[in-house]
Amino acid sequence: MPFGQGRSGGGGGRGRGGDKKPGDKEKGQRRTLFRRRKVCKFCADKIDDINYKDVKLIGPFVPERGKILPRRISGTCAKHQRKLQTAIKRARQIALIPYVTD
Amino acid sequence: MADRQYELVYILPPDTTEQQVADLQSQVDGVVSRMHGQIANTENWGRKRLAYEIGHHKEGLYVLQVVNGNGELMKELDRRLKVMDLVIRHMVVRVDEEKKVVDRTQTKRRTESERRRVKRGLPPQRQPGEGRSAVDSDDSDDDRFDGVEV
Repeated sequence: MPFGQGRSGGGGGRGRGGDKKPGDKEKGQRRTLFRRRKVCKFCADKIDDINYKDVKLIGPFVPERGKILPRRISGTCAKHQRKLQTAIKRARQIALIPYVTD
Repeated sequence: MADRQYELVYILPPDTTEQQVADLQSQVDGVVSRMHGQIANTENWGRKRLAYEIGHHKEGLYVLQVVNGNGELMKELDRRLKVMDLVIRHMVVRVDEEKKVVDRTQTKRRTESERRRVKRGLPPQRQPGEGRSAVDSDDSDDDRFDGVEV
């Protein structure tokens, strides 16, 4: 059996899979586990150009430690995360954003 | 073939004099014009704090230049900047292709919205005071929200 078939649905823990489940309202306790639906900031605000010079725009995606905020937390879509990634890496090169902070 | 467009950013030590900055820019200018390029734009960002120390400097003078030219020119510029002691950091980025894509998506979005507005019998541009106001877009820091909502 090919390797991929045995684990269909195995990668469901990422991205949209973890969002709101309407059938999940059992008791009062369970309702507090709701996650707010995450939306890609760049899609929502219609930002086409993610520029490395725009530290204000990139800043929220670089937490204190200096690492790039993962998609599963920020909710950024794949396309924009890729652009964000290059922008952050460029901004790091010219010392607008730190590589690491301890 | 149309020229490519590059952005050249370089950082100088904070104690650089205006004269030195001007000298360096004229040097860059010389290389660019010698290799049939042109400088489309020069921006002086001034003194900025560096996010990390570069050679014991904590601050730097940033200069951004937009250069139209070919790859050979940028290679030469890159090589020269690398050798210069005055420049503590520099970076060359090609921008024309991305710019083209951004322009295309923006015009596409605009024409599409105009088309749809006209179809609905509205004037193509958005009128002031129309539609939802920007008040409900205050959740700008929501992108990190991952917690519990009651």
